[in-house]
Amino acid sequence: MNNDNNLVGTSFTITPVSLDEIKHLVSNRAIEGDTVLLNMGPQHPSTHGVLRLLLELDGETVINCISDVGFLHTGIEKNMEAKTYVKAEVMSDRIDYLNNVGNNLVYCLAIEKLTGLDVPPRAQAIRVILTELQRIASHLVWLGTHALDLAAMSVFLYCFREREKILDIMELVSGQRMMTTYLRPGGLWRDIPVEFEDAVRDILKTFPAKIDEYEALLTKNPLFVDRTVGIGVLKPEVALDYGLTGPGLRAAGIAHDLRKSQPYSGYELYDFDIPTHTDSDTYARYVVRMEEMRQSLRIIQQALDKLPMGPIRSNNRKYVPPPRSEIGTSMEALIHHFKLWTEGFSPPKGSVYVAVESPRGELGLYLESDGSPKPYRVHWRTPSFTNMQILPVIAKGHLVADLVALIGTVDIVLGDVDR
Amino acid sequence: MTEVNQSPTIEEIKRELKKQYSADDYEPCNEACMVVPPENIIHVCKTLRDKFHFELLAEETAVDYWPEEKPRFHLIYRLRSIKHNLIFGLRVALNGNAPIMPSLVDVYKNANWFEREIWDMFGIKFEGHPDLRRVIMPYDWEGHPLRKDYPLGYEEVQYTFNFDEIDVRKPYAEE
Repeated sequence: MNNDNNLVGTSFTITPVSLDEIKHLVSNRAIEGDTVLLNMGPQHPSTHGVLRLLLELDGETVINCISDVGFLHTGIEKNMEAKTYVKAEVMSDRIDYLNNVGNNLVYCLAIEKLTGLDVPPRAQAIRVILTELQRIASHLVWLGTHALDLAAMSVFLYCFREREKILDIMELVSGQRMMTTYLRPGGLWRDIPVEFEDAVRDILKTFPAKIDEYEALLTKNPLFVDRTVGIGVLKPEVALDYGLTGPGLRAAGIAHDLRKSQPYSGYELYDFDIPTHTDSDTYARYVVRMEEMRQSLRIIQQALDKLPMGPIRSNNRKYVPPPRSEIGTSMEALIHHFKLWTEGFSPPKGSVYVAVESPRGELGLYLESDGSPKPYRVHWRTPSFTNMQILPVIAKGHLVADLVALIGTVDIVLGDVDR
Repeated sequence: MTEVNQSPTIEEIKRELKKQYSADDYEPCNEACMVVPPENIIHVCKTLRDKFHFELLAEETAVDYWPEEKPRFHLIYRLRSIKHNLIFGLRVALNGNAPIMPSLVDVYKNANWFEREIWDMFGIKFEGHPDLRRVIMPYDWEGHPLRKDYPLGYEEVQYTFNFDEIDVRKPYAEE
């Protein structure tokens, strides 16, 4: 591979980008033909979706890693601008498909902040329970696929077995396993069914033993430890510089968790710890996430024990539809119902930024209203998009085989990156 | 530059930015937020990072106010301080159809992809950016999808004031 044309022809098969365009991203050795450019993905089992990495390799060592995203772009931000607030919420589920309730939550919180809606305590508590269940489910997918990438096949099967139980609860409350849209501006879609409490208590009872089981399979497993300890070490100041949030930042020793620092939806009522670690390698991030699952269980336990009775939706009829039973007898309710489901509600002019702690880090929503029933601008500040930028930094100098561990440890969801 | 160690209040930060960098309050926003002149943004962010401990760039995005021309775009920066548990928004008003901004990559590394996304979606260029390519749309895409004059895939609605303008680029069937 001596001349440029040759290099381009053999290395880039997916998009015919010329080497000139990415010359500033590779080392001089690649241009001289001393190192190899290798394409990884977008259809690669360890990329957890459609992520394309362009690797510059010296033998098996990664010299540069250039990530190419956008294969899952569906134009959600643009589409939301063309739909009413209630209709647009359905799309928020599809952004991070492992954290649907969290996406609904940040969307609802933003609208509630914009309009000044109050959410009844019962709805807030149920929101917390569901978000924490979702956090466990998301971590289970991460753990299963991360272990699978490192050739621990059985963990994957166990994780998905337990995740299914959580998805059953989502189906119980909303009728949908994943795309629930159960949280609505001003409260919830409907009250939880009677079976809900027993189902969650069953998880609370059985799940701690399951986490111990995963830990028994991995924590001291020499094959797993060999491939994670000292891999992808990240200094805390570098992590901050790259805007890393979530378990990655906490594994670097910085106890930053929005549930503690800027509590929303009643998180200040519950007692829980922020797990941190100081090693800041792939193993440390594994330890932090395992402990986070236990803390989530603690939050669910407290929320379920203290679950108050009462309404599940705000009474503000200008934003929240009336219950079905009222429509038959009240003219006013009928008018509100008709207005809300045809024209939609119009929040006052203004803009808000709301952030919640998703399983991957800070999930923020910038919402701007121009006083019409459709949002003027929606920007999803998704944790995966920001955290993705750390991958080339931690990948440098590692082997290609370690790259699958590193993609796993950043915990990206490509729907979250591309939106 | 002296570091502020006890928690600064939003008012103190605002006073400092007003005095030093002719920043202005921004009313139609429900949070701590200021409008900064485009040429001062780097200095403002450096001050906020080094003096007031805003370690994280939480978000950088843009809004298009088309058909308004002055300003057509607003750039939005949101900085987060973990140490003082604060969040602060900055807005920059940009005129014209193809504005150019100084890049923030030297201050916050993760501005890299945020700015690539803004270039991709809004067509705002960043001077001094090390790698200003499209990030989400395909590399050979034409146009900037999140601009308000970019249609949503449907046929554009022609009014009297823009009938001819849309007619020129309308794809008619060949005879």
